[in-house]
Amino acid sequence: MSANTVAVEPPEQFKFTPANRKRAKALIAKYPAGRQASAVVPLLDLAQRQNGGWLPRAAIEYVAALLEMPVIRVWEVATFYTMLNLKPVGRHLVQLCTTTPCWLMGSDAILEACEKTLGIGLGQTTEDGAFTLVEVECLGACANGPMMQVNDDYYEDLDPKSTAAILEALRAGERPAPGSQAGRQASAPAPGPTTLTGLEGTAGES
Amino acid sequence: MVKMAIDGREVEVEPGVTVLQACQSLGIEIPHFCYHERLSIAGNCRMCLVEMEKSPKPIASCAMQVADGMVIHTNSEMAVKARRGVMEFLLINHPLDCPICDQGGECDLQDQAMVFGAGRSRYVEHKRAVKDKDMGPLVKTFMTRCIHCTRCIRFATEIAGVEELGAVGRGEDMEVTTYLEQSLRSELSGNVIDLCPVGALTSKPYAFIARPWELSKTESIDVMDAVGSNIRIDTRGSEVMRILPLLNEDINEEWISDKTRFACDGLRCQRLDRPYARRDGRLEPATWAAAFAAVAGRVKGLDGARIAAIAGDLADAEAMVALKDLMAGLGSPNIDCRQDGAKLDATVRAGYLFNTTIAGIEAADACLLIGTNPRWEAPLINARLRKRWLMGGFEVGVIGPKVDLTYRYEYLGAGPETLAEVAGGAHAFAKVLEKAERPMLILGQGALARPDGGAVLGAARRLAEAFGMVRPSGNGASRWNGFNVLHTAAARVGGLDLGLVPDEGGRDVAGILDGAAAGEIEVVYLLGADEIDMDRLGQAFVIYQGHHGDAGAHRADVILPGAAFTEKDATYVNTEGRVQRARLAAFPPGEAREDWKILRALSEALGAKLPYDNLGEVRARLAEVNPGLAAVDRTESAPWGEFGTDGETDPAPFVPPIDNFYMTDSISRSSETMAKCAEAFLGPRREKADG
Repeated sequence: MSANTVAVEPPEQFKFTPANRKRAKALIAKYPAGRQASAVVPLLDLAQRQNGGWLPRAAIEYVAALLEMPVIRVWEVATFYTMLNLKPVGRHLVQLCTTTPCWLMGSDAILEACEKTLGIGLGQTTEDGAFTLVEVECLGACANGPMMQVNDDYYEDLDPKSTAAILEALRAGERPAPGSQAGRQASAPAPGPTTLTGLEGTAGES
Repeated sequence: MVKMAIDGREVEVEPGVTVLQACQSLGIEIPHFCYHERLSIAGNCRMCLVEMEKSPKPIASCAMQVADGMVIHTNSEMAVKARRGVMEFLLINHPLDCPICDQGGECDLQDQAMVFGAGRSRYVEHKRAVKDKDMGPLVKTFMTRCIHCTRCIRFATEIAGVEELGAVGRGEDMEVTTYLEQSLRSELSGNVIDLCPVGALTSKPYAFIARPWELSKTESIDVMDAVGSNIRIDTRGSEVMRILPLLNEDINEEWISDKTRFACDGLRCQRLDRPYARRDGRLEPATWAAAFAAVAGRVKGLDGARIAAIAGDLADAEAMVALKDLMAGLGSPNIDCRQDGAKLDATVRAGYLFNTTIAGIEAADACLLIGTNPRWEAPLINARLRKRWLMGGFEVGVIGPKVDLTYRYEYLGAGPETLAEVAGGAHAFAKVLEKAERPMLILGQGALARPDGGAVLGAARRLAEAFGMVRPSGNGASRWNGFNVLHTAAARVGGLDLGLVPDEGGRDVAGILDGAAAGEIEVVYLLGADEIDMDRLGQAFVIYQGHHGDAGAHRADVILPGAAFTEKDATYVNTEGRVQRARLAAFPPGEAREDWKILRALSEALGAKLPYDNLGEVRARLAEVNPGLAAVDRTESAPWGEFGTDGETDPAPFVPPIDNFYMTDSISRSSETMAKCAEAFLGPRREKADG
């Protein structure tokens, strides 16, 4: 994770809220007794969500204690998964896919649009702490490239204009509709259906 | 049995073994880095690739079990090419700094690159660099050299039982580290140096000191604890450069404790290299003749009852038998080898041995620890207990100090009252012992070195008998002795075997000190005894024979410089009762001499000449006193008997005999490395600001 411009004092203490504690218990209960360590990834995710999108040391140690795991084992997991952030991020974590299919479909232009709209480069956070822009590897939406993920939402079939619009809307506190920005349904063919457009060949028609 | 073919040879191997093990059993060498026979299989270095027919890809032989009809080629074109490729990959990021690397000359990567590598690489890109980690005063890191075999991580997790090492990050960014770069909190941490196949983890005290081909190697025995680990002493000239473990499945497997490995720098400091005699209240250098004359001046004509001798924790059997004979010659009944005052009974051998034997722990199914912290008193016995615990079906109960033993145990209580409860069957743990087929107990010096130690010993004996821990008759599986005394002193069992305990009417250590304080004892002979209260020696004339200027030498009126364990051919008996021989690796410094020779020479000056003139004759005398001492490298089951007393016990909790693992004897107290360890590991834990 790279440098950020928001100065955040890492919290000394971390504790689940009562609601999250209940959620954690339910997550742990999914696994057989004595195998509570299996819940480490969901619990780290829960802690990250509670702490504004990143995991401070205190949270890692808290999860380790909760699961009765050595801290190093939780630390290994937290450093392995790139979706777990070990440094503060903005309220909106913009993860732009630049892997081959998205890149072929013009992710360079999307990156430029992001940088222009947000005024920051890759790996940076806006001064108001609203956005962090990062580059990620394939997010599995290749049929809808180029695409980006903002927190939990996928925005697909982007062009520079729609990208800027999404970011502006987020800045204004709205939540733009996720999914394809070109108006197609999921990953259906972009120019419209190419098969089964008529009833030729069906029974009763000859 | 599984039938398979390896390199055109039809072989039958045990089911369940791996292809790599099958190849090794045929004497075929398969190169490997991550595979280690005592660790779990990781299969991540890929160096052990071999060709298996009907498999489109080469297979990792360390992780593949043998199967019927398997056809393996270890030297086919595919296998050779695969290895060469793996080696090329491993060397992409490995620095070619062998000339400045401490592993040079004993490096697996270096050797295997020579044999299995291609000779040149096709990669021209930059190598990655990794920040070195601070792992404390023992393990030096050079993490750019790491090839991520994860042996050290698996050792810490599985054998040492401290889950503190891990691999963080992923892919090219993976790094082996401890959490927040704290030092590895284990008494066995030095073993990762031996395990590391490259120069990523090397010995910090030995950094840039010597190359392996410059050293002469002597196989010997360790005396830092009573385990008697088998070691190799590497010397250059007269200096001990380092100590490494030797394989002995019955004792230390292939590990040694950090004190065994790193205390050897204490052999260079504070050494007594010439005799001294006190003149006008000051210790001044003297000749051997003058020192002997000073002793003779005080001892000759003195009533034997006014002379006493105490043998210390590092004394060898040869010196102790000479001391015993000398005291007998002077008519003194006051002799003791239990300087901590442990109430051990020298008459019944089974009453002071680790009867189960160290390897025998693996057959036990329940264990009661009484007044002992085996992690500090005998780290390798603790590792064996952990190994047994990992196998499952092994319940451990602890009476005594509550410490982290690296395995789970049930804490029963702190002192003799709990022991009585368990013995009486009132305690829940009594059920565990009753159910167990091969229960064992380990009695530490913390339970014995106290005024009521004899009663505790008796109570432990009765407990062992009541729960069927002692089954001396029968054969094979039904024969069992689960009564164990864990000693902390390398000399202790040898001393008890030789009967270095007061004769009828003689004084033990406490009696000697009381007598000296009261003026009833006028001459005290300390054979390397440093761990007694010197202030209580009062006005007595003290002769100190030993190798380090420690507490005993400071109090002494005459100092006779002896040899350390690396400087003599000597016999030691470990806590199991196993007789082992240490060998001379370097000569004693200056005018210092082997200990039995000093006693022999002194005896002549005192007019009580000892009847042996060479090592063979001393050893014959050893065998005469106790025939068992001639049976080297064996353990013999000792006959059971009555020992211990019936008296009342004091409810005070058992206090562990060791409060600082890194400094327990005159050698480790003189060691700079051990001092650093004590500061780093036993002081308050260092916190780093950034993560």
